[in-house]
Amino acid sequence: SFQRRAGPRPPALPGTRPSVRHGQVLLSSGLPSLDCVLGGGVAVGTLLLIEEDKYGLYSNLLFKYFLAEGIVCGHDLFVASAKEHPDNILKELPAPLLDDTCGKELGDEAAAKSEDFQDSMKIAWRYQNLPKMETSPTMYTKFGHYYDVSKKMPPELCQSVKWHSFYLHEELSFEPKMKAWNMNSGYARLLQSIQRIISQEGFDGSDPQKKQRNVLRIGIQSLGSVLWGDDVCCSDTPEDPHSLTKFLYVLRGLLRKSLSACIITVPAHLIQNKAIMERVTNLSDMVVGLESFIGSERETNPLYKDYHGLVHVHQIPRLNSLMCDVSDTKDLAFRLKRKQFTIERLHLPPDLSDTVSRASKQDLAGSAKLLSSGCGAMAIGKKHLDF
Amino acid sequence: QGRFTLLRDTRTDGSFLVHHFLSFYLRAGCKVCFVALLQSFNHYSIVAQKLGVSLAAAKERGQLIFLEGLKSCLDLLFGEEEQPGQPSPLQFLRGSCSDLRALFDFVRAALAPADGDSWKGPVLLLDDLSVLLSLGAAPVAVLDFIHYCRVSVCCQLKGNIVVLVHSNEDSEDEENELVVNSLCHHSDLILWAEGLATGFCKDVYGQIKIIRRLSLRQAAEQDVVQTYQYKIQDRNVTFFARGLSAAVL
Repeated sequence: SFQRRAGPRPPALPGTRPSVRHGQVLLSSGLPSLDCVLGGGVAVGTLLLIEEDKYGLYSNLLFKYFLAEGIVCGHDLFVASAKEHPDNILKELPAPLLDDTCGKELGDEAAAKSEDFQDSMKIAWRYQNLPKMETSPTMYTKFGHYYDVSKKMPPELCQSVKWHSFYLHEELSFEPKMKAWNMNSGYARLLQSIQRIISQEGFDGSDPQKKQRNVLRIGIQSLGSVLWGDDVCCSDTPEDPHSLTKFLYVLRGLLRKSLSACIITVPAHLIQNKAIMERVTNLSDMVVGLESFIGSERETNPLYKDYHGLVHVHQIPRLNSLMCDVSDTKDLAFRLKRKQFTIERLHLPPDLSDTVSRASKQDLAGSAKLLSSGCGAMAIGKKHLDF
Repeated sequence: QGRFTLLRDTRTDGSFLVHHFLSFYLRAGCKVCFVALLQSFNHYSIVAQKLGVSLAAAKERGQLIFLEGLKSCLDLLFGEEEQPGQPSPLQFLRGSCSDLRALFDFVRAALAPADGDSWKGPVLLLDDLSVLLSLGAAPVAVLDFIHYCRVSVCCQLKGNIVVLVHSNEDSEDEENELVVNSLCHHSDLILWAEGLATGFCKDVYGQIKIIRRLSLRQAAEQDVVQTYQYKIQDRNVTFFARGLSAAVL
């Protein structure tokens, strides 16, 4: 809950830090470059919605990063899915780059980088003061860790935290004891399960005896897909268009009153009825959309050769304040290197040849129009001004 | 007195206007019924403190009646069976009745003049009518609810109503557009916060159009439209004429 603590500060929860802007406790999303974009991290009590890319590859990676960060920080986990069994999801988490390995491998890199930072820029001195986005592990911090995607998390690390799972197809076989909710039964069961865990494990502060408080990280995979029993992704006029939005509203209520944060991936590209997606965006705190270049003509476009896709930030929350933490960069792209996934400011390569610039001017105009649609909390331009 | 103000936002977040009106009416000594559907009490409380008003104190002395939609919804769905005498204001979520009668009864009971009340004028403040549509209320039910509230609060009790809605020009949400258009036609004052047409800017968050609908009350009058740009700071919002932001001058 959003309460400013005026008295003696209680011991900080592991893996969290307070936000400078609104005094709210922040968690890392597992990806330090995404934390920068979100204004420091995911605030406790909020919902991070990821609009999946076309094949769900990269959004799944973000989902796993979030859970892996929870394990490394010692938070409790709640994993819900209708697609894969949560046990299998937890076996596939990326391994964290811990102190000793990180130090050795990147020691040389870090040394070289720190020299760079000391040197002031001689030619491009105007760019000296631009904010730098953290894209490589220059130092090991307690908030936000780096992961190696090519390795799996060791099972003993997974076992060290308490986790709860919700696999829809197992749950459906149990006796239903729900009252008449006007909602898709899969969603209703999931909400009941979450509420039960929150109140039983004392995440909502209902158990004053419990001195050692902890954070619950909830991850819900592919909400709204057909596997959850909802037909929003199949038809333009779904049977119950309000189930998904009602689910998000009740989930928001549960999150706000407990020490938890939630990540949900939604196959937004499959949802035909765009009105539902607009409502879903309004009901979520942070919305980040991933657009991968796989299968599109941008895959071979020389402008985007360094990147695997674009990142669109559709919404940033205003928590406890009139203002929101929005980063200055609106043009973001992601790339998956062999070991790491990063989100960076989109740099277009310089126009070196005549032919490239002629063909790409149109493309630039088109892509810039997409890029200029910044996050919903601030202004969004509707026209692209060609300078 | 007896005015209906519509707060509308497009491509940006107009909630700063809600915070403003909340602290404005509380400071003026009015009795306020605040139906907050989207955020928790603590959120409003902290912002109001920055603006110089204490919501908890206002609630204690009976000046503020706060309906926290999120909490009410959880009580309805996860709580025990409710007593028949006290239906939950968000009754329509259960699906048994499709209209917002219970919510209206709550509002009417909250703003009904009680003995010993020395407050000036009742005010109904609603944060985010668009959420009601997301929760399954039909657009006609929402419009009926607003109509009943207007009759009860504006006409009978001579109070004011302030409502926030979201809208988008190329929105595909037809139900929402229907509600917003209908409300626009019946409002006395429309404050429309829009994102800049040219894109994101750090110094100018957006522009606000103030439309005084004089044509509503008197047949021959024209609506007066004024446009300003604004920048939101930590404790207040500064308004300035278009193109004259502090960054430019």
